[in-house]
Amino acid sequence: MRTDLFFLICLVVGGAVFAAAIALGNDYYFFAGYVVLQYVVLSTAWNILGGYCGYVNFGSAAFFALGAYSTVAMHKLAPVPIPVLVVIGGLVSGVVGFGMGYLTLRLRGAFFAIATLALAVVLQTLIVNWDFVGGSRGAYIVRPEAIAPFGSYIKYLFLIMMLLAVGAITVARLIERSRLGYGFATIRDDELAAEACGVPTLTLKLIATTISGGLMGMAGAPFPYYIGFLQPSSAFGLDYAVNSIAMPLIGGTTSWVGPLIGAILLGSLQQIATVTISSAVNLLIVGFLLVGFVIVAPNGIVGLVDAYVRRRVGQVGRRHVKADAPKPTPGHAP
Amino acid sequence: MTQLLAVDNLSKRFGGFVALDGISISVNPGERIGLIGPNGSGKSTLVNCICGTLQNEAGSVRFDGHLIDGTTAHQRTRRGLARTFQLPRPFASLTLADNMRIPLLYTVAARSAGRAAGDIEARCVDLLREVGLDGKANRLPRELTQVEMRKLELARAMAAEPKLLIADESMAGLTHSEVEEILTLLQRLNGQGVTIILIEHIMRAVMSFSQRLIVLVSGRKIADGDPNEVVRDPEVERAYLGQ
Repeated sequence: MRTDLFFLICLVVGGAVFAAAIALGNDYYFFAGYVVLQYVVLSTAWNILGGYCGYVNFGSAAFFALGAYSTVAMHKLAPVPIPVLVVIGGLVSGVVGFGMGYLTLRLRGAFFAIATLALAVVLQTLIVNWDFVGGSRGAYIVRPEAIAPFGSYIKYLFLIMMLLAVGAITVARLIERSRLGYGFATIRDDELAAEACGVPTLTLKLIATTISGGLMGMAGAPFPYYIGFLQPSSAFGLDYAVNSIAMPLIGGTTSWVGPLIGAILLGSLQQIATVTISSAVNLLIVGFLLVGFVIVAPNGIVGLVDAYVRRRVGQVGRRHVKADAPKPTPGHAP
Repeated sequence: MTQLLAVDNLSKRFGGFVALDGISISVNPGERIGLIGPNGSGKSTLVNCICGTLQNEAGSVRFDGHLIDGTTAHQRTRRGLARTFQLPRPFASLTLADNMRIPLLYTVAARSAGRAAGDIEARCVDLLREVGLDGKANRLPRELTQVEMRKLELARAMAAEPKLLIADESMAGLTHSEVEEILTLLQRLNGQGVTIILIEHIMRAVMSFSQRLIVLVSGRKIADGDPNEVVRDPEVERAYLGQ
């Protein structure tokens, strides 16, 4: 399926979800849906680096918080519409993502993961000590009650996050099916072999950290308007770091579908638990599910489906060579 | 004749250990060269230095008329320098066809400023057919046997359309008939104009394949010449059989 058609279908599905939420006639669904969509963006962004390239990033919360604090800074400097703030948040986090990638080019595995965790700690310390954006006291962003033509402001925020989710999924799918996606997969599988095949692994890693960081920042940019009061502990919350890893792992990391499934499944469960039990059990749910999936389905839900298809058809792979592929043309001999 | 590869006085150390000590090698286009030496003699280090996986500390490497010192491995691959690994390193999550696609996308297409998607598809199928793996195009590498894995490794190197292929122990662990299969493949490739350096412990294969034999011992080149003369060289005999 062509990317523009895929994007259009995603928009239609997003529009249908938005219409369904309006039909339910309760703003709570927008508040809960916003969080789920925010996790769709975060987990999709995490998966571009963690799933496609195999580089585990524990610093998702830092990129998310950078987006949120860019909004706070811009709110004080020169208030601009949220879509502009989303772009600014994406740029700021993208630049930091690039910087992180550059500093950690030679790190891999646990060392890279620890470096990203350190980045989150450093950035949180900087924000805590930066009075302009509220420091440890936090910052208030009073959102308007209503905005035309949506009515309540949460509907507007929901729609923005919906568009971001559609955009993130489209970008992830586009990458997956492109030359870049193949390059990312080789980095995940074997960097030495990738270099020997002509893949510029260091450049590709920088591209991945920039896109991933940028999307996370975009997810964080509207957050101050959603929460109303932003403080370091909420922006750099453990929930974001854990969820953005757990959701792709549960859904499956090798495809754009995995993070989407994981975010909807886990995000919805957490929202249900918040209103029926307590928000405190959210991470407990994540923990139980993660342990369960690691034991039962280490490749996530998508991996389970892949394994089923393999058993039925006897073949598997990211892509399949067409049986009727054209005959080689002259001049291809090595 | 212009040399395809000219390694001049190459040295590499790992801490206090001298892995390569002033190695000089020249390779002409179309040659079939055997590179032998006991374990730890520096064969793989030399390959890694030539291919850019390791950077040499002294000396120089010139390929196809260009000085390639300091360039990365992928840049050297794009220049036409391909290699296989001692232990096959397939892209485990990709199908065999996709394994072929990587060098085509990143080396050949980059070199020829973009190649049509249909061409790449066709070449993937063609390459797998050349090594007898066309029936398994949609399989994952883990489903392959040892010899098939070696063939995949060779096919992937061939996909980069190299001028020089360095086959690092491509026959290790294979049976007699499987060794013959790989040799046939390498000879066919050489017949297509690809220069080949074969690093191997299986002397029967090396002797039947090589036009010239180079021997490394303790990071130094001790012999370079006609294979039949080199194996009778007293220094080579001493290195292999002891005093």
